[in-house]
Amino acid sequence: MGLHNGDKMMRYEEWSKLARKASKKSLWMVHFCTGCGAVEMPPVMTSRYDAERFGITSMATPRQADVLLITGYLTVKTLRRVIQVYEQMQSPKYVIAFGSCTINGGMYWDSYNTIKHLEKYIPVDLYIAGCMPRPEGIINAFIKLMKLIDEGKARGWEKYQKYYDRYKENQRRVFNFEIKEEQKEEKNEEH
Amino acid sequence: MDMIGMAIKIAILIAYAIIGTCVGLLFMGIGRKIIARVHNRVGPPFYQNFIDVAKLLSKKTNISHGWIFDLALLFSISGILLTLLFLPIGGAQLLSMDGDAFLVLYLLAIPALGFALGAGASGNPNAGVGVMRALVMMLSYELPFVITLIALMIYYDTTSLATIVKMQSIDGIKSWAITMPPFMIAAFAADMALQGMLMEQPFDIPVAPHEIASGPMVEFGGKYLGSLMLYKAIALVAETTLFVDLFLGGGVVMHSGVMAAIINFFVWLGLIFLLFVLSILIAASFPRFRIEQAFGFYWKYEAIIAAISLIWVYIMVIK
Repeated sequence: MGLHNGDKMMRYEEWSKLARKASKKSLWMVHFCTGCGAVEMPPVMTSRYDAERFGITSMATPRQADVLLITGYLTVKTLRRVIQVYEQMQSPKYVIAFGSCTINGGMYWDSYNTIKHLEKYIPVDLYIAGCMPRPEGIINAFIKLMKLIDEGKARGWEKYQKYYDRYKENQRRVFNFEIKEEQKEEKNEEH
Repeated sequence: MDMIGMAIKIAILIAYAIIGTCVGLLFMGIGRKIIARVHNRVGPPFYQNFIDVAKLLSKKTNISHGWIFDLALLFSISGILLTLLFLPIGGAQLLSMDGDAFLVLYLLAIPALGFALGAGASGNPNAGVGVMRALVMMLSYELPFVITLIALMIYYDTTSLATIVKMQSIDGIKSWAITMPPFMIAAFAADMALQGMLMEQPFDIPVAPHEIASGPMVEFGGKYLGSLMLYKAIALVAETTLFVDLFLGGGVVMHSGVMAAIINFFVWLGLIFLLFVLSILIAASFPRFRIEQAFGFYWKYEAIIAAISLIWVYIMVIK
């Protein structure tokens, strides 16, 4: 019985290795363009840098995509939409955060309205540093992500399932804050 | 004896499905490469679509939107497989009957209806818009296509695809329908209809990724999208084969023997490849029509061209 199970596990391992091989060679992304990062995407996709030669294409909807590319700062309001988009994607799914805004707030480090660390709210597999990163940097990041997928290290989606309550708690904290602020403003207007 | 015959037919059916998907996926990959070269890009490797399908089929979560959503894929794939069975491939036809030229037209409509069911079940407004556009497109390209089909039927005095192919293969390339002047213009109209059937630009209105987020496919992900890609691969083969059967003699160049069957198969493969490359080149060089422009294009210009060929053929036959 044990041997049989071991056999099954082996087979499963081999299958998942094959699946990872296929998955790394065809990364379909949906790019969530906030802020100035959107400008860098057309040269990456079109004839100058041509990301399609690595199997990277942009998809129309989150349901069809594997990679969520977040290009720039996120206000609390956009964060809600990002989380919605992320949860609509089919796992295995990966997140690439783009630019220093997603790492530490970037030039919005002291803003009351943007989030500073994206990793608190959704699992990020890879960061691209820079303000702005060049198209070469983006393609470099994708190749790094392929390597991570091949080694089985890009496990952000599993982390999100495992620590769902903690992610939700973090998300709820900023959203509640936002709601309270709105209520305060409403009260001020009433006075 | 009957059982063995049945088993052989099922084996051939499976072989057809495998050949259809492999050829279709290969062509789609080559098509992406060609489009990339037109755009002055390097483009993905030619086997990219096989990787894409493997990835989609190995996805861990697959969200369904109810049993109609699941059934829609079965509808599409079985409809297109049935169409493929009725089409002569290199002269060899698995199922045949009188009037199968009409039947194929009806069978080609089944996948579109399956699409409509699935998109309706997903409840996404983009999908609804996409399906509406797809049905309008079907309505528009089928008029010129049916007129050219009627012209062929009148000329060869038959409603069977097998007979049309046989009549065209009597004298090799010289007896192909496309060598005759009335059918040259009919072939032009039919090729434009084919462009619409394949949903390539300028007629990719139903899927328009930048307008309505890929239309009917908007809620399809994971394994569902993977099977949809398989459907698209088979559809590509079936639709180009229909054109080759009608105008290019079905790729039949030799008549008897095993060697002839193999050569005919490869000639058929070459012909559908040429046809596909033509449609890809048109797709790479034209932007998308609006739906009313496409409708006008088919019903005003293409239908008139097809009607001219029909009248011409009719006069030829009466003489």
